[in-house]
Amino acid sequence: MSLTLQEVEHIARLARLELSDEQKARYREQLSAILEHVAQLQKLDTASIPPMLTVFGGEDSHLRLDQARPGLSATDLLQNAPEQEKGQFKIPPVFE
Amino acid sequence: MNLSDLSLTQAQALLQKGDISSHELTLAHLERITALDGALHAFLHLDGASALKQAAAADARRKTQDHPLPLLGIPLAVKDVFVVAGMPCTCGSKILEGYRPPFTATAVKKLQEAGMVILGKTNTDEFAMGSSTENSAYGVTHNPWDLERVPGGSSGGSAAAVAAHFTPAALGSDTGGSVRQPASFCGVTGLKPTYGRVSRYGLVAYGSSLDSVGALGRSAADVAAVFSAMAGRDELDATSQDVPVSAVDLRLNGERPLNGIRIGVAKEYFIDGIQAEVEQAVRVAIRQLESLGAEIRPVSLPHTEYALPVYYLIAPAEASANLARFDGVRYGPRLTGQAMWDMFTRTRGVKFGEEATRRVMLGTYALSAGYYDAFYGQAQKVRTLIKRDFEQAFAEVDAIACPVAPTTAFKIGAHGDDPLAMYLEDVFTLPANLAGVPGLAFPVGFDKARLPIGMQLMGRHFGEADLLRLAHAYQQVTDWHWMQPGRV
Repeated sequence: MSLTLQEVEHIARLARLELSDEQKARYREQLSAILEHVAQLQKLDTASIPPMLTVFGGEDSHLRLDQARPGLSATDLLQNAPEQEKGQFKIPPVFE
Repeated sequence: MNLSDLSLTQAQALLQKGDISSHELTLAHLERITALDGALHAFLHLDGASALKQAAAADARRKTQDHPLPLLGIPLAVKDVFVVAGMPCTCGSKILEGYRPPFTATAVKKLQEAGMVILGKTNTDEFAMGSSTENSAYGVTHNPWDLERVPGGSSGGSAAAVAAHFTPAALGSDTGGSVRQPASFCGVTGLKPTYGRVSRYGLVAYGSSLDSVGALGRSAADVAAVFSAMAGRDELDATSQDVPVSAVDLRLNGERPLNGIRIGVAKEYFIDGIQAEVEQAVRVAIRQLESLGAEIRPVSLPHTEYALPVYYLIAPAEASANLARFDGVRYGPRLTGQAMWDMFTRTRGVKFGEEATRRVMLGTYALSAGYYDAFYGQAQKVRTLIKRDFEQAFAEVDAIACPVAPTTAFKIGAHGDDPLAMYLEDVFTLPANLAGVPGLAFPVGFDKARLPIGMQLMGRHFGEADLLRLAHAYQQVTDWHWMQPGRV
């Protein structure tokens, strides 16, 4: 199974990754080889097999009561922000 | 005697008798790290001043207590994928360079509360993705047994640190073998507990249905002490399980302490391509378990060969979602762009390393419209078959014995630009993560290049204590775990 350059560019766009032409060519080759390897799963008949979503079925998660309680402060959370203003994370404009 | 040569259990006994202080013990380890880590690069961050302060606090606490906590004053190294307030956390990635977490992972917090002294953070493949630490953005860690070889990965820094006597114990994370394989390559004991056994709050997520928090030490007894102090339900991790954790009972009776224990040997774990010395050492170790009373039985796990393709769809799929949070908005460096989207793509494109990018790409593809059923959906169904293999095997045996990895530690750069060849290193460790069962790696010999060989025992869900007892019994009659690398 071989990926096209267009498919590699499409995946990179979905994953929000800027790639150089050299990276695109390399990932095209490496991902094609990995997909070739994983394609062996297709030969198994799994029509009657349920998917395993989590280790302990539906019992994996124990949700606590939806009650507000103290957490990290805004100051703590902003201490690593690359840019901030008025106690909020600042980002470039969404639209140019 | 150099205090850095003490195992956790030995240090514990001397601390309790008052023969040594935590200050002396911690200082000895810091001095050894300072002298030798230039050659190994096990640590990404070392905070000697903080460690000595913690040690002094532990010594003070000991004086006020009649029955001090068992881990009080014992040094610990933490893999740099756990957040610890006051220490940087990079996950071996440039995308978290400079990040100072404002909170502490539950596993670390429990060990701090137990009185352990945190020395610093150890090297890891970027976001725990790798089997050699070569994917760390901050340089490879060298194997203490042979500096030209990898320590394994992704918890390679933690395994090398234990093997080099930089610390009696270390924390690791294991998503596909990342505690067990480096433990094997470095000749130490490493436990991957049951999925959900130890809280993952504060462990930076890689593959959420697979990630587990584990411990490395010089012996099963040492690992048991750390494991039982950090296991248990935590309401900050919704997947942590509410199953009681008691201290692991390692008392053994008589000359055949393993009477009544059934150990399975599966042909699927002794495949072509496995290094002959590895197979031989593991088979000898299985016979030793038999001589200790265990009954050895053949079992079959017929879907083992599919674990690798299943893992390399499920883990990257989950990683592609988990790594979406690294976008230059809230933490880490930011590369500016005209608009928000440019900032995202540039920051991620430049700051993620090769392997993280490759897995995010692979996972994104496996989850994308038109391919979801064929790849991710099919992988989840085959995962059910793998889990059923284990359920059927554990109806007949109490543990499964096999090699940890097909080979001993390989040379740095050996797998160069061939990711698939690197993935094959994990072929014997991936199934335990897919089934969610515990796995324990411990040394059972050396190859002719004097590189450690590890054996793995896998057990039932929540059966960590059984595995630790088996390995402890083995370690009472063998001394592989006491061997020390001579070159550092």
